[in-house]
Amino acid sequence: MKYWRKPLDIEYLKIPRGRIHILKERCKGCSFCVEYCPCDVLEISEEFNAKGYHPPCVKDEEACVNCGLCEMLCPEFAIYLDEEEEVPVP
Amino acid sequence: MSSKQTVNPKLETQNSKPDRHPMDELLREDRLPHIWCSGCGIGVALTCFIKALQKCGLDLDKVVVVSGIGCTGRVAGYVNLDSFHTTHGRAIPFATGLKLANPELKVVVFSGDGDLIAIGGNHLIHAARRNVNMTVICVNNFNYGMTGGQVGPTTPPGAITSTSPYGCFEHPFNLPYLAAASGAVYVARWTTLHVRRLEKSILEALHKRGFSFVEIISPCPTLYGRWNKQRTGLAQMQYYHDQGVIRHGLDPKEADIGLHGEIIEGVFVHIEKPTFLDFCSDALAKSVG
Repeated sequence: MKYWRKPLDIEYLKIPRGRIHILKERCKGCSFCVEYCPCDVLEISEEFNAKGYHPPCVKDEEACVNCGLCEMLCPEFAIYLDEEEEVPVP
Repeated sequence: MSSKQTVNPKLETQNSKPDRHPMDELLREDRLPHIWCSGCGIGVALTCFIKALQKCGLDLDKVVVVSGIGCTGRVAGYVNLDSFHTTHGRAIPFATGLKLANPELKVVVFSGDGDLIAIGGNHLIHAARRNVNMTVICVNNFNYGMTGGQVGPTTPPGAITSTSPYGCFEHPFNLPYLAAASGAVYVARWTTLHVRRLEKSILEALHKRGFSFVEIISPCPTLYGRWNKQRTGLAQMQYYHDQGVIRHGLDPKEADIGLHGEIIEGVFVHIEKPTFLDFCSDALAKSVG
């Protein structure tokens, strides 16, 4: 990340990290999670689930900041997050 | 951190199975996946409600969910709480009876616009007039979804539905205005896109003494959006994103919804008033002594 000036508290700041779990068989392919993820972590996968929908898959796990928006926007209770250890700002 | 301390002990014992959604503790897992269409917003409304319940600190053994008939009426069957699936339009009278019979209960009415506003409209305004202690969550998708997308009392003028193929030509209800004019002490409106604000609003409504009313504007791509140039749930969410305007404290009179116009959201009424149960106990104390 580029800064126009180095923040004074950069050494104390941490970036939250989350791990995404997708319950594929519950998904109905509305793609709310893919569209509204602020960090573009998810994408629609090629595979089908038993109902014939394309569930999302994780494109860039490193980018997830555990905001929880996908979990809240999912109407099917098919996606949730686990909190992982925070990492320092690069 | 405080939210962790107030978690119901009943929930902690059930949790911790691997690959289990954290909200499954409040859902009847055997009934999932639910019947709602792909892109429907009722699931999002239920997610926000469950999230609010997990944070509210209330004793969940004393929370009751009452639903009427319709797509949203299915909520009572999906939540793992004491719940009540009532006859069409009569969710609020059942809830009033529950609250009066056992004032310790926290009664939540979770139903749709066709149930609460159309056939149950009179019950809504009278419960709001009496200021009965309950929370009403009304999911508004602008039509009768379960029966085939007929025109309803909330359908905006010009909208095409299965029974108004040339466009609806009636004035719709403005739900926050109706609730506020009838005497509700907490009135809010959110769309299913504004999940965090909606969750906060439901949390406030749960803790409010008196009649609290939260309207949730929800996509219905299968039966409403399809006829009105919003073919997917995502297109309707995009419309809420583009046209949603947050105006807290606005006179709800001005919060009308047009077909493709602005959707005014926010908390419109947040006041204190003596509730029905207060008056009940006062009257009882006077007459019995």
